[in-house]
Amino acid sequence: MARAITTQKKVMWTALAWAFGLAIFFPILWTFLTSFKTEATAIADPPVWFLFDWTTENYTAVQERSNYPKALMNSIIIAVGSTLLGILIAVPAAWAMAFVPGRRTKDVLLWMLSTKMLPAVGVLYPLVLLAKWLGVMDSRILLVVVLMLINLPIIVWMLYTYFREIPGEILEAARMDGASLSSEILYVLTPMAVPGIASTILLNIILAWNEAFWTILLTTVNAAPLTAFIASFSAPEGLFYAKLSAASMLAIAPILVMGWFSQKQLVRGLTFGAVK
Amino acid sequence: MTLKHALYGATALTLVAGSAFADAHATTITIATVNNGDMIRMQGLTDDFNDKNPDINVEWVTLEENVLRQNVTTDISTGGGAYDVMTIGTYEVPIWGRNGWLVSLNEGMADDWNADDLLPAIAGGLTIDGELYAAPFYGESSMVMYRKDLMEKAGLEMPDAPTWDFIREAAAAMTDRENEINGICARGKAGWGENMAFLTAMSNSFGARWFDEEWKAQFDSEAWATTLNFYLDMMNESGPNGAANNGFNENLTLFQQGKCGMWIDATVAASFVTGDDSTVADQVGFALAPDTGLGKRGNWLWAWSLAIPASSEKQEAAKAFISWATGPAYAELVASNEGWANVPPGTRTSLYENQEYLDAAPFAKMTLDSINSADPTNPTVDPVPYTGVQFVAIPEFAGIASEVGQQFSDALAGNQTAEQALANAQELTTEEMEAAGY
Repeated sequence: MARAITTQKKVMWTALAWAFGLAIFFPILWTFLTSFKTEATAIADPPVWFLFDWTTENYTAVQERSNYPKALMNSIIIAVGSTLLGILIAVPAAWAMAFVPGRRTKDVLLWMLSTKMLPAVGVLYPLVLLAKWLGVMDSRILLVVVLMLINLPIIVWMLYTYFREIPGEILEAARMDGASLSSEILYVLTPMAVPGIASTILLNIILAWNEAFWTILLTTVNAAPLTAFIASFSAPEGLFYAKLSAASMLAIAPILVMGWFSQKQLVRGLTFGAVK
Repeated sequence: MTLKHALYGATALTLVAGSAFADAHATTITIATVNNGDMIRMQGLTDDFNDKNPDINVEWVTLEENVLRQNVTTDISTGGGAYDVMTIGTYEVPIWGRNGWLVSLNEGMADDWNADDLLPAIAGGLTIDGELYAAPFYGESSMVMYRKDLMEKAGLEMPDAPTWDFIREAAAAMTDRENEINGICARGKAGWGENMAFLTAMSNSFGARWFDEEWKAQFDSEAWATTLNFYLDMMNESGPNGAANNGFNENLTLFQQGKCGMWIDATVAASFVTGDDSTVADQVGFALAPDTGLGKRGNWLWAWSLAIPASSEKQEAAKAFISWATGPAYAELVASNEGWANVPPGTRTSLYENQEYLDAAPFAKMTLDSINSADPTNPTVDPVPYTGVQFVAIPEFAGIASEVGQQFSDALAGNQTAEQALANAQELTTEEMEAAGY
């Protein structure tokens, strides 16, 4: 018999969920509010919540100072490009691991993940020297490749988990019907794994969008994305919180909007296969 | 990411390398800089440079100080050549100059640039073995900024060159907790460029030093104990609540809101506390940083300077730019566009002989006197093996001083005693210096 959920319990859980949601959302809300304050109000003690003279001067200052559209375009190209390139490589890799596993597949998977444990700075010099030698420093293509490589283990792992939920018999049936390997992956596997692939893409775009170590170190003028844009709003005399908040809002706005509209796919993909 | 991954990437990179070559027409120089008012103003005036040098394009990269340091260090140590001009502080110049990472500016600068006009104290910190490795863009020291009205109310008069005892006494007299007035505001936030800049400079005036001539840490000395105890007692008696979290910006806001009787900090703050954002602009007086009668004052010396990395392939164009940005004509350019008060201070003797500047900047004389009273090559009472007033110009310093700063900030927050903080500082400094091979 299903347990009856009382109204009281419902209210309690709803309140708890809201409190939890608000706690997670709070830093973004605070950044949003701070971006409309003056520098003095931004660091006022005790903090000012809503009752201050709202000003858009920080946004004006940020726009005047830097080339936001260019940084935005670089971020989009780098995040989307590295994710799509990663998917192209990871789909066949995850297919092989999920449907034709070898004796060492588990080890390979673990080894791939273990590369994420290496501190990024450990490969800084080889990578910079390599990029310099190839003449691709400060180019979008360099960042697309580097971020793809960084996120590849996660992409493969995520896709592998989703693919494992798809019954191998369906692929077998396709094979018996004469489907080639590529059509099996392209026309049978991929459509069935769309929610998983979509959430992998979304998550990796977010990861690439926020990556701030390589994107700042490997760029100067041409390929500098929004992470470098934010880094330019911090001053030697300390942080100018209001301007920094305005720059942050401009930088996270696109990804926030994207996440908002695609949250259904994101949740579906992340819980895909959770219930058998 | 592993090296193996990087090598996989290289294969892909090779395929696309052809598309990445930049165009090779007019010379384009890339300038790495920090985000502060004077630098942003310089960016705004770049058109003037372009008019005078039509064959040189200028690209700007503005970064946060620590990120800039990381980027520039990576670039310079790999010979990356991404930057042609970089903005670096007085701390880096001696270290990088010795490593052969910077181009000497003794030759090749414009005829009217005039190196002899640079303030000796500032130029001294940028010169190694007679070679000038960076051109100062603006220089600063620290001094006492105080409220004339509160001083008068307390029945005291600020001398031009006060002692620490006077400052402490005046701070206690000006403190009015009910009206949220703190006698003294000073840096407490941990960081080698935050509380340690203040405390290292202060310790010089108490006769303390970071290292003796054998590079042995000196936090177990009597002079350091006196310095730290004096600082903690004074801040606890008359400092603001939560002073352990206050850096430059926080104290600036407190002072501008009328909540500080005195504030000891960068001379560059003078224009902010007397500017439009300040509620006490007409009541601000200036004095030299305090001393204890030992012959050294507690003021620091810093300059943001422009330097050319040895890896740059456009050194001639870079020198043309630096000649323009740090030359005497730049001061006149800023003055004609934005007024004399906005000219970058603290680099040239001629600026302090210019009556128009002296009229526009009431803090000019005190700034100059403060800069001149600091000696980076002989910073404290006893001899030391290092240069630098509020820092020690060795690569290990930033890391060590940040940790020591944490200890002192903890002591100010009341989490440990001065003795514990000094013992910890002594231990960690000794450990790190030994590990570094000193």
